[in-house]
Amino acid sequence: MKNRKTRLAGLLGASLLLAACGTSGSNSAAPPGAQGFTPPKLEALKALGQPEGQLNVLAWPGYAENGANDPKVNWVTPFEQQTGCKVNVKPFGTSDEAVTLMKTGQYDVVSASGDASLRLVASGDAEPVNTALVPNYADVQPFLKDKSWNSVGGVSYGIPHGWGANLLTWRTDKVTPAPTSWSVMFDANSPYKGKVIAYDSPIYIADAALYLMAHQPDLGIKNPYALDDKQFTAAVNLLKQQRPLVSEYWSDYLKESQALKNADAVVGTAWQVTVNLTKGEGAPLEASVPSEGATGWSDTWMVAAKSQHKTCAYKWLDYIVSPKVNAQVAEYFGEAPANPKACAEMTDKTLCDTYHANDAGYASKIAYWTTPIQQCLDGRTDVKCKDYGEWTKAWTEIKG
Amino acid sequence: MTALSAFFYRKPRLRLGFLLSAPLLWLGLAYLGALAALFVTAFWHTDAFTGQVVVEWSLDNFKTLFSDAVYRTITFRTVGIAALVTVIDAVIAFPMAYAMAKLASPRAQRILVIAVMTPLWASYLVKAYAWRSMLSGNGALSWLSPGYGVTATIITLSYLWLPYMILPIYAGLDRLPDSLVDASGDLGARSLRTFRSVILPLTFPAIVAGSIFTFSLSLGDYIAVKIVGGTSQMLGNVVYDNIGAANNLPFAATVATVPVVIMLVYLAAVRRTGALDNL
Repeated sequence: MKNRKTRLAGLLGASLLLAACGTSGSNSAAPPGAQGFTPPKLEALKALGQPEGQLNVLAWPGYAENGANDPKVNWVTPFEQQTGCKVNVKPFGTSDEAVTLMKTGQYDVVSASGDASLRLVASGDAEPVNTALVPNYADVQPFLKDKSWNSVGGVSYGIPHGWGANLLTWRTDKVTPAPTSWSVMFDANSPYKGKVIAYDSPIYIADAALYLMAHQPDLGIKNPYALDDKQFTAAVNLLKQQRPLVSEYWSDYLKESQALKNADAVVGTAWQVTVNLTKGEGAPLEASVPSEGATGWSDTWMVAAKSQHKTCAYKWLDYIVSPKVNAQVAEYFGEAPANPKACAEMTDKTLCDTYHANDAGYASKIAYWTTPIQQCLDGRTDVKCKDYGEWTKAWTEIKG
Repeated sequence: MTALSAFFYRKPRLRLGFLLSAPLLWLGLAYLGALAALFVTAFWHTDAFTGQVVVEWSLDNFKTLFSDAVYRTITFRTVGIAALVTVIDAVIAFPMAYAMAKLASPRAQRILVIAVMTPLWASYLVKAYAWRSMLSGNGALSWLSPGYGVTATIITLSYLWLPYMILPIYAGLDRLPDSLVDASGDLGARSLRTFRSVILPLTFPAIVAGSIFTFSLSLGDYIAVKIVGGTSQMLGNVVYDNIGAANNLPFAATVATVPVVIMLVYLAAVRRTGALDNL
């Protein structure tokens, strides 16, 4: 017994010794590139081959419906019939989850938002896309193409699919007058203390930065995803001040919908799809983009570098932005379609106006989710910005 | 085949070793091996941007864990919640287990044991979400908790782990001979004295055995607090967020060693009570 104990202690000691070899100062700067980093060298597909018969899709809920949730909503089955590619859909809840799942190499395509896409590019999990092989790409809104979240150095990494804003939503019976500013969620004296529901992700720090852009211009924030030390601290402090107001943070939109329905929360950050769903269940809800503007998403369908089913993947990319299907997805999810021809295919012809689908000016007002990196995305070179790792650490700290 | 069995028949030690090798392999490789791998990962770190694990030995993660006040707060909150859940469960479980073991007829006993176990057959998530709606602003039990938060978490966890406390105490009380209780009475002890001097000391190891379940299960939980915890988080959430959101497996591993260490300390402390013989 004694002998065994000493041996165990020795083993532990040895591993500690190994570990003690040094604490690393691992802030090695990423090599410079058009956007502060050089993606791994990967080639886009040159030509389509024969469909491989299989396609594994990683998608936001509502983006790849196969009739399982609602028999009337199904655009996966027609795709299977047209191409012979059998589709397996895996829905994900947050961008962070999508990035983690993509590392498994089990998926062929992913609907990545801007806070995920650059990480996928940098890690070599997503590869460039040959847009010439996607005929419907020609129709996609020009203001969505070759953006900082879907291309690097002029090389396209995917097909824009749809976009929208993270809206301010409120219960019309409990919140009067109708709020026109995010201050109902951030002001320490907000009358809705304890009834605020906020988004649970490090990227939510950008919402605070966007608020500070309007309310503390002396901080000099140009882009809510490019925050230097001082700006970052201000945003984090604003969120710490917000925490007592918050009843809970949501990452599951169904949980948020339930909280709004029960009036456990009366004001919060929400997606259009959540607002529609909750209104449909009888809750008096309204949503808008307040005066400060809003963060939002612009999603891109990307191809996994390790994909074994690339022809099927390209067929999917083309199919999902074809006018009819793009309309179906946009209508079901509640977002602006990337393909303007989709507007004519919608059951509700007013939707493109509601979501400002063809309004480049409105689209430019939304601060789209982008992965924060060390090289400031707003072009400053005299300071270092906080990267996503630090955003994540700060997020744990904010929640306390 | 017969030659083989004859061979093992002649060498009983070898036979024993052969029979034990599979479970030992399982324990050693799959269980302890996984723990060791976890411990090793805790010394690595990830590339902040791409999220790839970088195999470079350092104590950075442990430094962060000890220097950042927020992790201390979360650890204390988690241990506090786990301790309170354990106490609440023990207080509720003891009378129930006593009634089951000592007052109920043998037939009723069997029915009661099944009744205690029934909640274990229902999905964890359904039960947690049921509590969410009961504790919500217009739910039936909203008076129990001021909104979602630590109180709601303690209530939900106490409910979820109660059977794990009742069953060991029931087993302990079932083993307690009635004659000892009778003897105490014959010697003039009132019921409270009997409880204090006879029943409690003899069933204490069973209570501790139950507490190991409720305490360790609460320590590792992150789902209930995600559902009813409002803005508060526990150690499990930090682990979860570091894997799910940050994709920082090494730091998650570092945080995960905290409950392991707490449990080892707890087990060392309760070893003397003889509770481990009761498991």
